[in-house]
Amino acid sequence: MRGPLASLRDLSVAYATDDKSRPALTGVNLDIQPGERLAIIGESGSGKSTLALALAGLLPENARRSGQIAWPGLGDLPLGGRDIGFIFQDPGASLNPVLSVGEQIAEVARRHLGLGRREAWRKARDLLVRVQIPQPQAALAAFPHQLSGGQRQRIAIASAIAAGPKLLIADEPTSALDMVVQAEIVALLDGLVRADGMTLLFITHDIALASGFADRLAVFSQARLVESGPTAALLSRPRESYTRHLIASHIDLSTPPLIDGAAA
Amino acid sequence: MSAPLLVASGVSKVFAGRGRHVAALDDASISVERGRTLGLVGPSGSGKSTLARVLLRLVEPDAGRVDFAGTELLSLRGTALRAMRRRIQMVFQDPLAAFNPRATVSSALADPLRIHALADRKARPAAIAALLERVGLDSGLAGRAIHEISGGQRQRVAIARALATKPDLIVLDEAVSALDVSVRGKILELLVSLQREEGIAYVFVSHDLAVVRAIAHTIAIMDAGTVVEAGPTREIVADPQSATGRALVAAVPKLTIPNGA
Repeated sequence: MRGPLASLRDLSVAYATDDKSRPALTGVNLDIQPGERLAIIGESGSGKSTLALALAGLLPENARRSGQIAWPGLGDLPLGGRDIGFIFQDPGASLNPVLSVGEQIAEVARRHLGLGRREAWRKARDLLVRVQIPQPQAALAAFPHQLSGGQRQRIAIASAIAAGPKLLIADEPTSALDMVVQAEIVALLDGLVRADGMTLLFITHDIALASGFADRLAVFSQARLVESGPTAALLSRPRESYTRHLIASHIDLSTPPLIDGAAA
Repeated sequence: MSAPLLVASGVSKVFAGRGRHVAALDDASISVERGRTLGLVGPSGSGKSTLARVLLRLVEPDAGRVDFAGTELLSLRGTALRAMRRRIQMVFQDPLAAFNPRATVSSALADPLRIHALADRKARPAAIAALLERVGLDSGLAGRAIHEISGGQRQRVAIARALATKPDLIVLDEAVSALDVSVRGKILELLVSLQREEGIAYVFVSHDLAVVRAIAHTIAIMDAGTVVEAGPTREIVADPQSATGRALVAAVPKLTIPNGA
């Protein structure tokens, strides 16, 4: 190992709008270890998606960045799509609507792995098996709009891992899906990164969802990293009041109901 | 037990697409008690939002009936339907999409007061201030544009707009799903306290069983256009009988905090 996969030092990002510059990230210091599953937790405006975009080199033109992102674990600057796979919240928007499922995945394999057309399609079919799409051969010819939201997200995952990236970034990959499909997608991602030894950056507003599989949590609020640490330690001994507040705001099946005599 | 406020029975709806027919609702039935909350839960495409829209007469079903406070809702036309609309209100997931983008808080709240002739022009500012206060907002917010205020404030304005007509029932379709968790809890508390004070019934549509469990007295679980299981919240969550119910219970992420880790 050559230290962390990625190392963020004093990273700040601001978006220039018409009349002012709005800070989206302020002075973030964070190391991403090779092979870890790191969850970035935050509410809207916390800067969690900006962090993901900055790592992937996908910041929009009006973003101004300062500070450093170093990649000691890669030895070189990463190439988006090859070294970093990115999964967005809405696969309906991230997949090309006029390309078949097979074409979208094969394109990644051809560009980054230098495969020929036939090999790339075989690779695409194998990937559909890995993301557990039923009838993968038939699915290669389907278009995104013919698939359910959950299946589309599986296709987006297949496309993101097609080139064998070191780092997989998933930005709220289940927020547009119902909870049953959410559980399936999270289990799929967890299995894939374990099997391939990928590093996973999982961005979510849901601390409970992250706590189910992440090795480490990093909590963001209002453009700042509030605290980070191993999942169990951070949940049992949060240092910051904001983290305690997030934990207390979570609602699951053991939370006391807000109404009296729910079953009376 | 008095008669339920609302009973929908045998509701069916087929959406016809290009050469394809989708049964969005297939013989769905629910019942809502006065002053209580029915949680309508199910996966995407289960028909829960379509059923909610039938209750609001935004979707006309192919079959079935909806009895609301002794009146069959689906046969109402014209004046009678408009009068009934006052008694059933709605709050949607995305309040920004639910409001006229050029609206101010005050104009959004003035609309129902004007349409249903509940407050004349002179009485409206006071009525609007009172509505804002009931949902925990400062009356100074009245002059602000809807797009300027925060998501949580906007959802409070949507609730105030629903309250304006003094409804017996509010249908909430994923009303807290787009909110940050800290805001979500406050909105749920607001809904519960409004129900306690004013006896409003809710149909609370959500894919999140944990949130539904926190505020619903009864739950109906939907899948493939029909209600597969219904009953008191505690029983459904503790011992779901349907495969869909079991899957929904199992899918709720648990926050496990290790002891002295």
